[in-house]
Amino acid sequence: MDPGHFFASSRVLVVAGKGGVGKTVTAATIAAAASRCGLSVLLVEVAGRSAAAPMFGASTQGYEEAVLVHEAERNGIRHGEIRGKSITPDDALTEWLSSHGFNRLLKRMAKSGILEVVATATPGIKDLLVLGRIKALESEGAADLIVVDAPAAGHALGFLRSPTGVRDAARTGTIHRQAVEVLELISDPERLQLILVTIPEETPINELIETSYAVEDEVGVKLGPVVVNGVLPEIDGLEGSTTRAQTSTHERADLNEAAAFRASRTALQDKQLERLGTELPLPQIQISQVFGTQIGPAEIDVLAGEFIAGIEAL
Amino acid sequence: MTGYQGLIENRRVIICCGTGGVGKTTTSAATAMAAANAGKRAVVVTIDPAKRLADALGIAALDNTPRVINGPWSGSLSALMLDTKSTFDEVVRSHAHDDAQAERIIGNRFYRNVSGTLSGTQDYMAVEKLNELHDSGDYDLVVVDTPPTRDALAFLEAPKLLSRLLDNPIYRIVTSPGRGPFKVINTAAQQVLRQLARVVGATVVDEAVAFFQAFEGMEDGFRDRANATLELLGDDRTAFVLVASPRADTIDEARYFLGRLHAADLDASAVVVNRMLPQLSTTPDRAAQLATSLAGSAAGGAAQALADLTATSAGDDLRITKLQDAAPDALTVRVPMLHNDVHDIDGLAEIARLLTK
Repeated sequence: MDPGHFFASSRVLVVAGKGGVGKTVTAATIAAAASRCGLSVLLVEVAGRSAAAPMFGASTQGYEEAVLVHEAERNGIRHGEIRGKSITPDDALTEWLSSHGFNRLLKRMAKSGILEVVATATPGIKDLLVLGRIKALESEGAADLIVVDAPAAGHALGFLRSPTGVRDAARTGTIHRQAVEVLELISDPERLQLILVTIPEETPINELIETSYAVEDEVGVKLGPVVVNGVLPEIDGLEGSTTRAQTSTHERADLNEAAAFRASRTALQDKQLERLGTELPLPQIQISQVFGTQIGPAEIDVLAGEFIAGIEAL
Repeated sequence: MTGYQGLIENRRVIICCGTGGVGKTTTSAATAMAAANAGKRAVVVTIDPAKRLADALGIAALDNTPRVINGPWSGSLSALMLDTKSTFDEVVRSHAHDDAQAERIIGNRFYRNVSGTLSGTQDYMAVEKLNELHDSGDYDLVVVDTPPTRDALAFLEAPKLLSRLLDNPIYRIVTSPGRGPFKVINTAAQQVLRQLARVVGATVVDEAVAFFQAFEGMEDGFRDRANATLELLGDDRTAFVLVASPRADTIDEARYFLGRLHAADLDASAVVVNRMLPQLSTTPDRAAQLATSLAGSAAGGAAQALADLTATSAGDDLRITKLQDAAPDALTVRVPMLHNDVHDIDGLAEIARLLTK
């Protein structure tokens, strides 16, 4: 598939996965890949703390919107701008109330605990309002592509279920209308797709499969390709003999141990990838494990290249 | 006894916390198993374990009664999978004046939201269950696997959850309308209620009000219980164990978590770092050199594998040092990456051995 075509197919991509699978790395990778296709990207984090900014070499982004990567021409290709923004559930609730006539009372409501009563009386309201903010960004055309780094799964499912829950709990009132509007967004494949992330290991893959079916059955959101993050690249000749290598004895022992470890990890990974392919009929895009101390712009650039290659191979 | 073994033998409560995906459930279960090996009567409270592990422990169904797991230990090992909703119902029943009051609350939709979907409820019930098992006197050690949460301290905040709801003016106006000192708040709060009804619908507001009315007279019982639970969390014989992996994102979360614990005067006694890579003596620089010089030779593949491995584990060491700086008094326990996911008793026994080695 043509990557430009892929990124133009929905305005919003929600990236979700269980904790520890590299959801933020994947969201940053997708943002970088779309930028490389010339699109302007808004990367939205909803967990409250920004983890993506350092991956672009930018200083930690606060709650304000900030430019992470400027629009530029590199290697003769126009790269779109990447902006970052953080939307927290608490802020979404207070902002929404303040824009619905509660401005004057808001401080007292927060202090007295009435806000908590509102949130408790309408479970999912905060998540819904985060999605509402994303919908507003989408309709005002804040960027060519909005990439959302969703809360960790099982919470991801709750996050996407929130509009249905709120619509059914609050049968009247302004919030009901908001829920209905957000539902239109998430059930429209031309506006929003869900990208689920996993690593090539047994338990995360099991959870990904469960989440996929639950999301499709209960939320009716379109599932895009599954991203497998942290894939060990194949090494040719891993089983070659080290006896003639010009090294010390302890280095030779290390070479042998590293080769055996890699071979066993790769075998486990291949088994799990194959199982994922059999049990979940969705296209897979693989991005490599990053070796070394940290993930910065250079690493994201490599991963973005792999992501684009993965899209092209679909 | 020192080290992790000492922790297991001397404490009455161990709370395993940390982000998801780092092996928290297996660490919790293996900790309880190690205690059973040391002759203790141990129980582990798990929350949403991976299915195969739950099957292995015989706790595949939500069940609030600990199940005894038979094995070669000199003590005893039990496990239970927390059922948040029914634990909450039990708490309500134990504090209600009569059955009618309990049923009025349990049947209320606002209550169902509180007990089912409210963030922090799972944590609240985990510590509630912990308190109950501890008080029962049936166990020498209770290990709790905390739910993966966005808020690092949800389980500490959790016992205050209901008290906080009960402290707000809506509760007061509906239970003691027009009582002197609250009169000013009441008028304002009532106005807010009317406005809220416009936003979330009148049914939602009515149900919240009905919940608070049904709750009348139970608040002191709940508050006392919450205080008792908080006391147990802060007790000298309660230990917090932070479970992490050496991955960059989880280390950041773990450091944040340690900071929050420290700020609440509850320091972690141990940091368990799972998924450690094999530690080799070749430096990353030398491994990178070998990868270049041996490229194309028979040993080229092995050299590349060594370069990748040492680069990654060097990063891991650096990150673990950062983590130790955030909790200088905590014991660090490294558990190597295992070849398979743990989903049976033998796998847990192996982790129990590695934890206490």
